[in-house]
Amino acid sequence: MFRNQYDTDVTTWSPAGRLFQVEYAMEAVKQGSAAIGLRSKTHVVLASVNKANSELSSHQKKIFKVDDHIGVAIAGLTADGRVLSRYMRSECINYSYSYESQLPVGRLVVQLADKAQVCTQRSWKRPYGVGLLVGGLDESGAHLYYNCPSGNYFEYQAFAIGSRSQAAKTYMERKFETFTEASRENLIKDALFALRETLQGEKLTSSICTVAVVGIGEAFHILDKETVQALINEFEIAGEEAPADETAPQDQDGDAQPAAADQGPADQGVAPMDM
Amino acid sequence: MPIQQANWSPYDNNGGTCVAIAGADYCVVAADTRMSTGYNILTRDYSKIIQLAEKSVMASSGFQADVRALQKVLEARHLAYQHQHNKQMSCPAMAQLLSNTLYYKRFFPYYSFNVLGGLDSEGKGCVFTYDAVGSYERVGYSSQGSGSTLIMPFLDNQLKSPSPLLLPAKDAVTPLSESEAVDLVKTCFASATERDIYTGDKLEILVLNAKGVLREYMELRKD
Repeated sequence: MFRNQYDTDVTTWSPAGRLFQVEYAMEAVKQGSAAIGLRSKTHVVLASVNKANSELSSHQKKIFKVDDHIGVAIAGLTADGRVLSRYMRSECINYSYSYESQLPVGRLVVQLADKAQVCTQRSWKRPYGVGLLVGGLDESGAHLYYNCPSGNYFEYQAFAIGSRSQAAKTYMERKFETFTEASRENLIKDALFALRETLQGEKLTSSICTVAVVGIGEAFHILDKETVQALINEFEIAGEEAPADETAPQDQDGDAQPAAADQGPADQGVAPMDM
Repeated sequence: MPIQQANWSPYDNNGGTCVAIAGADYCVVAADTRMSTGYNILTRDYSKIIQLAEKSVMASSGFQADVRALQKVLEARHLAYQHQHNKQMSCPAMAQLLSNTLYYKRFFPYYSFNVLGGLDSEGKGCVFTYDAVGSYERVGYSSQGSGSTLIMPFLDNQLKSPSPLLLPAKDAVTPLSESEAVDLVKTCFASATERDIYTGDKLEILVLNAKGVLREYMELRKD
């Protein structure tokens, strides 16, 4: 989109009935690194790509525990995401205090959405520049929601946000019908595959991603690096073998391993997995 | 017009007694389970003890409505702490939080007489004893509640170091073993139950050590 005379204030409508500042905020989400979520009947898995700016710096934290039964993955302005996570945690604690029971996920996302909406209708504020994938469990089952800077929210079986999220969505669109009945392990496996899709051929290792799970009888927690790497290895999700023209001595000598069948000598792109 | 007197009180005393004893690497926290009002018993089976954190256990006697409210506030604060610091609160930290929470209501106090027991950051047993508005002190042992006047002198006799002037300085922490300390607690309550009408029914004992928390019950006289 291009600059125009209606995009200075969030409180200015365009003649076409658009609020450009809100749309620009949603652009910020698209620029963030990818985050994905999937749910089954009993579990929700959140996963994100964690790329550090340089080898010297630490990774950005993009997945937050909100309560034992709710977690959130963010994409976009992570500072905004941190602040909203703090708000969500506070709401959960206050609800537990008042009602001695867990805040239903659907209620939390509505509160979050209303909070975001306020920032779209105040001239002295700006919209939050972060998209939130809220995954949680309550009495009505497992839920995955996406909260937008616009104040909208939607429930999903599976979703991806951030840069190159379309690749993950394409993968999940093919497989989502299996998610409802999927086992916990298969759900995590699918999350890792979907996450790999966003990496465009880069090798998936536990050092550049974060995976978190919440389920019936399982409080929300982030899986540790060893567990994730073991799963990546087990499902051979790491990625394509090195292309033939790069130095990879063990892959030469005319091998025809089925696992590397996707990779033709001239093919650099990520081939969608056919399962 | 003569000075007005309140015709009701926001407080009630539900009675009961609490004890805590700190050991070298354990802590025992105990309380009876009788809840009374006036000369009546409301229930024989009410727990006055709550585990606030991995290594902090609080026992409170007094007005149980205020006790429960205080417990909820501390639970919520602990959750917030865990989110912020990514770890459990240490017992000394919880001790300070409890003191601050009590003083916060200095002018409409929680009618709650607390003992906080647990393991400090070095793994040694610690006991903190409080008044209703948050004055607190780390000690080797303490009791609060209706039976405390009967129990405290007995514990002083059994556990107190002969004199603070004695060299080498004796640790506040008791040299007793875990099972000896539990037996001592049982003796305390058996005695207090005899003469304090508000103490009795059942004794709940929590033992905290490096392995975790163990819960034990003992029957007390029901009269």
